[in-house]
Amino acid sequence: MSPALGKDLLGLEPLSADDIRLILDTAEPFKEISERAIKKVPVLRGKTIVNLFFEASTRTRISFEFAEKRLSADTVNVATSASSVQKGETLVDTARNLEAMRIDMVVIRHGSSGAARFLAERIQSNVVNAGDGMHEHPTQGLLDLLTIRDHRPIAGCKVCIVGDVLHSRVARSNIWGLLKLGAEVAVCGPQSLLPLGVGALGVRVFRRVEEAIEWADVLNVLRLQLERMHAGYVPSLREYYRVFGVTRERLERAPRDLLILHPGPMNRGVEIDSRVADGPHSLILDQVTNGVAVRMAVLYLLAGGRPELAEAAKGGGER
Amino acid sequence: MKPVLIRGGRVIDPSTSRDETADVLLADGKVVAVGRTLGTPDGAEVLDATGLVVAPGFVDLHVHLREPGREDVETIATGARAAVAGGFTSVCAMPNTDPVTDNQAAVGFIVSQARRARTARVYPIGAVSLGQRGEQLTEMGELVAAGAVAVSDDGRPVATSHLMRTALEYALTFGIPVIDHCEDHTLSAGGAMHEGLISTRLGLKGIPRAAEDVIVARDIALAGLTGGHVHLAHLSTAGAVRMVREAKTRGVRVTAEATPHHFALTDACCEGYNTNAKMNPPLREAPDVEAVRAGLADGTIDCIATDHAPHHYDAKEAEFDFAPFGVVGLETALGVALAELVEPAVLSLPTLVLRLTACPAKIAHLPAGTLAPGAPADVVVFDPAAAWTVVPASFFSKSRNTPFAGRQLRGVVRWTLVGGAIVHRAGDVAPGR
Repeated sequence: MSPALGKDLLGLEPLSADDIRLILDTAEPFKEISERAIKKVPVLRGKTIVNLFFEASTRTRISFEFAEKRLSADTVNVATSASSVQKGETLVDTARNLEAMRIDMVVIRHGSSGAARFLAERIQSNVVNAGDGMHEHPTQGLLDLLTIRDHRPIAGCKVCIVGDVLHSRVARSNIWGLLKLGAEVAVCGPQSLLPLGVGALGVRVFRRVEEAIEWADVLNVLRLQLERMHAGYVPSLREYYRVFGVTRERLERAPRDLLILHPGPMNRGVEIDSRVADGPHSLILDQVTNGVAVRMAVLYLLAGGRPELAEAAKGGGER
Repeated sequence: MKPVLIRGGRVIDPSTSRDETADVLLADGKVVAVGRTLGTPDGAEVLDATGLVVAPGFVDLHVHLREPGREDVETIATGARAAVAGGFTSVCAMPNTDPVTDNQAAVGFIVSQARRARTARVYPIGAVSLGQRGEQLTEMGELVAAGAVAVSDDGRPVATSHLMRTALEYALTFGIPVIDHCEDHTLSAGGAMHEGLISTRLGLKGIPRAAEDVIVARDIALAGLTGGHVHLAHLSTAGAVRMVREAKTRGVRVTAEATPHHFALTDACCEGYNTNAKMNPPLREAPDVEAVRAGLADGTIDCIATDHAPHHYDAKEAEFDFAPFGVVGLETALGVALAELVEPAVLSLPTLVLRLTACPAKIAHLPAGTLAPGAPADVVVFDPAAAWTVVPASFFSKSRNTPFAGRQLRGVVRWTLVGGAIVHRAGDVAPGR
């Protein structure tokens, strides 16, 4: 059976709109599995998946692990502290060793852009990018799309990504995914945290968050890393909140109710007001729930699962 | 040594304004005569150059031969052998070895290793500062006495404006250029490729053009202030070319070089995280490539230099962020220059030869780059039309890190002679290692 997506999921940039819709549509039936008392279907029974995390991650790793377990795969977690990277092993050697253990899939998180692709080009197993440097975080992009789609059609929807776009793989995956599905996309932040010439990607640029809020239907608020302040990109977290913080006061002046997304983990009172994060239009926890379903869909499709059978697969029947 | 008569080639020697079919006679390590139908002396070896170009051996002001310190990726012997395979008879070795070439003994070591290799002439470049640390000037007088032809902290810029000023002033005594690698580290730190749309898409930290331009502007100002000679290595930006052009019109003593990869390739080569397209300065965008070509055409950029930078394949087989900067270039320079400069008529063939011979020789005051009678018998004979494919595994260099692998090129070096001895013939095979 030829896989519907190809061997790997490395980013949303190489995918077509149809590919993306396929994953989102496949995720729909998987949502329900997590609502059951017995949250398990046997579609990946006998498959071995390694979660290879070279960078600290709690949410993404757990989300992948739940997705794998709910599909009945056998999983191993390799975290950076326990890995041989610290003994000086190269990524090539890591890849060869994994391959020698005859695994089926690798989920990789790595601090260097291109690392997932590097691995994918060197092993037969399926590779899922769980975030590579500042490049892409495709499953985050997909779960953001699914979350928006739960509430309104993506085509024509105005989505603004607010914050540290320069260093954000989430921003890049969102930009590609949203544009492919016909959304209007904007970015907003201090110019020091926006990529040079980002407009050439096909997005609008807002210099002031008030203007972004006036324009947008959805805000995807990015985490501001503390180290950006030390590296001189912004003068202080306090001023960042004052100038770019997504606050209730600012949202109240908007012409319409905005949906609020945040990829987490949040810095309350830095990029987002707690009253917004906890407010009625926040979809932040829906994103987390959808993350498991999207990752189940990705793993299922990469393993060769047929999209039209996803609905039946959840019933527990084997193919 | 037998005399050598190179018969019937198209002799292109810009230093003597010659471009005609002629014979070249070499004896006792010197050029004896260039002229039509020279007689064949007794016992002379005759090389039939019909349909071939005969030119002074090429001169490369910028190579990294890695010895001492990284003999696993290149040695002076293998680098010099790669040089003559590419038609280069004189190369200048950058001092960022381990240990750094910052004292007369280190300079002497390079000279003696090169003499033992008996292929290309290798001229050491000394460091500007001890250990290239950007603090204290090296003993340039002793470096020059031992054989250094220039000073540079290449691999990094001369660290401060003050150090650059004093280096330019102090070097005046010895008549040597100060070669600078123009890069403002505060702008480039952590960068892996040119900052632009592609770095944004790939999620790689960018090195902006301004990182180069800021230091080019500094160096021009300081050359103007001191009257010293600054030679700017590997220009990559349109802004740098513009500033050098303007400075030359004012009579500032600035010269410049460009590498084949900077006049042939753009940052698009980094797509797919191709670590063989990772170099410093990085590959830029099409307008920069055009500016570098225009600079070579109008003489703003005096010469072509390879910045030959061997690296072990393990080092390049890595995440893009972690792979080292640099590519090898000695064995592809001629072919790339013919394809990217001569074929599209950016440069005439004689002007290309000028940028590879007399111009670089003049910058470092080398006894090279000319076929004038009495000059060292350093000659390259090449077939500009012969096609070949870049196969890194067949390089004479120990390293394979080229962005041109698989490329179809024209221009095969038929013979390279140094001091009248044939040191490379087409068809020579690199020793297995």
